[in-house]
Amino acid sequence: MATTPVLPGGFELPLEPRLPRLGSVDAVALEERAAALATRSIKREAKVFALDLAIRMMDLTTLEGADTPGKVAALSSKGIRPDPSDPNIPSVAAICVYPNLVPYALERTRGTSVKVAAVATAFPSGQSPIDVKLAEVRDVVDAGAHEVDMVIDRGAFLSGRYAQVYDEIVRVKEICAGHAHLKVILETGELGTYDNVRRASLLAIAGGADFIKTSTGKLPTSATLPVALCMLEVIRDVHEETGRVVGMKVAGGIRQSKQAVQFLVQVHETLGLAWLTPDRYRIGASTLLNDVLMQIRKERTGRYQNPDYFTVD
Amino acid sequence: MTKDKREIARRPDKAPMATAWDYAPAPEARDIVKVEERYGLFIGGTFVEPASGERYTTIDPAREEPLAEVAQAGKADVDRAVRAARDAFANGWSNLRPSERAKYLFRIARLLQERSREFAVLESLNGGKPIRESRDVDIPLAAAHFFYYAGWADKLEYAFPNRKPRPVGVAGQIIPWNFPLLMLAWKIAPALAAGNTVVLKPAETTPLSALLFCDVLRQAELPPGVVNIVTGDGRTGAELVSHQGVDKIAFTGSTEVGKAIQRTLAGTGKRLTLELGGKAANIIFDDAPLDQAVEGIVNGIYFNQGHVCCAGSRLLVQESIYETVIAKLKRRMATLRVGDPLDKNTDVGAINSKQQLEKISALVQSGIDEGAQIYQPPCKLPERGYWFVPTVFTNVAQSYRIAQEEIFGPVLSVLTFRTPDEAIEKANNTPYGLSAGVWTEKGSRILAMAKGLRAGVVWANTYNRFDPASPFGGYKESGFGREGGRHGLEPYVVLEDA
Repeated sequence: MATTPVLPGGFELPLEPRLPRLGSVDAVALEERAAALATRSIKREAKVFALDLAIRMMDLTTLEGADTPGKVAALSSKGIRPDPSDPNIPSVAAICVYPNLVPYALERTRGTSVKVAAVATAFPSGQSPIDVKLAEVRDVVDAGAHEVDMVIDRGAFLSGRYAQVYDEIVRVKEICAGHAHLKVILETGELGTYDNVRRASLLAIAGGADFIKTSTGKLPTSATLPVALCMLEVIRDVHEETGRVVGMKVAGGIRQSKQAVQFLVQVHETLGLAWLTPDRYRIGASTLLNDVLMQIRKERTGRYQNPDYFTVD
Repeated sequence: MTKDKREIARRPDKAPMATAWDYAPAPEARDIVKVEERYGLFIGGTFVEPASGERYTTIDPAREEPLAEVAQAGKADVDRAVRAARDAFANGWSNLRPSERAKYLFRIARLLQERSREFAVLESLNGGKPIRESRDVDIPLAAAHFFYYAGWADKLEYAFPNRKPRPVGVAGQIIPWNFPLLMLAWKIAPALAAGNTVVLKPAETTPLSALLFCDVLRQAELPPGVVNIVTGDGRTGAELVSHQGVDKIAFTGSTEVGKAIQRTLAGTGKRLTLELGGKAANIIFDDAPLDQAVEGIVNGIYFNQGHVCCAGSRLLVQESIYETVIAKLKRRMATLRVGDPLDKNTDVGAINSKQQLEKISALVQSGIDEGAQIYQPPCKLPERGYWFVPTVFTNVAQSYRIAQEEIFGPVLSVLTFRTPDEAIEKANNTPYGLSAGVWTEKGSRILAMAKGLRAGVVWANTYNRFDPASPFGGYKESGFGREGGRHGLEPYVVLEDA
């Protein structure tokens, strides 16, 4: 197990003695609770509140091999001003892109509140030598990215090399510290059990994550409600025990407003209002935005508008 | 910089943090169900006026508003109902091909599913339970019970190998107010599957879903007299229990009334099953998945306002995690939404009756007087109606009334233990023995605990989970006889040698 000399604030104990206190997760009961929360019926002004919040929390994302400067510029403009016909619609939180596209996103968003996030550390698999991963992180930080979304090495995690996973996070954090926010992607769809999700969450937080994030979005199973709830409960436990605030990002498969509202209800009833801010909660998505815009317009006018009235970027 | 960007740049970097996210009211439409102004008694396949001429008003406990006038069945009415049941038993039902009986039960099950929204709304209106529970638990489980026993109707000889099962006759069934339609299903489904006919008395305060069920029976074209519903208070129940024409009594309700029934039936040769009170222990070990255990605690005691005979009303926490669990529990309690039962976001609804509210209040006062520490989350209750804030007592001694008596309300008493043996000893130290919960990651401990606990149902890492295939019933003062599963058929058959 890792014997890292200095642990981030709130984790004064070395990792090993903490392990028995990791706690466990009961899958049946967790899924039941997540399903119960998903039945909350959020209507009218409560819904508008949630949808507006969902936009402000959104990491508008494009992570394709086919991404070009043009595509990223268009997406950035969309993120700054999601609905040109309605000045009340806020900007999204960030634009999330591959490392090579960071400069283009930065150029377009300069002078706005919209941040630029870059995925790094051999996203999405994380299966590259550590030096390559660290170099990539250094590059995106130097390029000026405000946020770094790293992946954990699931191969190391699943073969029990927790210390390696932990050390990598610590080293990435060293590069980011003072320059960029660090989000650690667990890729929960590959972790197999909720116990592993809990363990990986704690490992990431101990390693210095500012945010923990569910998924890369590259798997068929990404952010599910029970997985997100499981991670929120870890964040709650860490906060209760140490006072440290860790953010949460859900990503992958969130395409409809209804899903976004369900995730927000979860946060509201698990961590409370304090986490209902883009500083502490993010939703990574590429196609969610237009559905949210459509729902907001429906709440305002009472009708659904043709999708052609919402820009495709 | 474009014009767009300049405008955006002037906006503050961060929107102010929200101060509240109040969920807008999300009420289920009440007009989906039609409530009649007055109801008669359902005897011989039709509604008839009560010979007693007496009626009373049934209310909505969340608004204290009258819903309907229902009949108070007297001696003559009960007699008429029993005769109708006897007649239907002798002239057709008991000799019907079993597969035909099954068809009726399947039909009833399907109709309950089709009309589930109607039943859910009515159940919440008349009983005060949240629509989320009546919609997701009560009605689906009631339908599931009819489906399950429909399947047994033509397979009874497989339920009792080498024996020849025949029906008992007329069953008199008395049900409580906490799960009106579900308890009706628990009683009627196995009785009919085995070829009996029924006179059922719903609880005084919650007769409406049983009366709406009569319309389902009409739609299913069940032969007249196979099921008869007589409404009324305890006097009607007493008439039914002492009627000579009844072969079997099934009662679910308070231990006090159960004892009285048993005294009445002593020496009469009538069969009896009783499902009575409980004071279940929900036992949390230090290796339990804590956040899920807290959900189990909440579900165990605040589900259906604690009006649950198998409620986990005594929390036994291992001392080493006591403080963590209580902190988590209090935090979770603060998110419980108490209010309008018809609102889809309500977690805890109204107390079923004024009488029950008074009983809960008195027991809670006794807890305070005896020295237990009370905690209630901040909670805004509606002005009208019967309400009680979810409550937890810590610092409770085994000898306090709140640790011994069934409160039947949203009130939890917390005790601690040090070892598994002590947990078993404390859990069993009650006159009741209906249910228990065990929370631990260790499989072998679950099995050992289940063996040591004198309780009819032991849940492991879950609570208040029901399935028609699983038998349910108590030890000691929690009653005898089992409902659900193959065991649930037994009270309704006479077994002869094949």
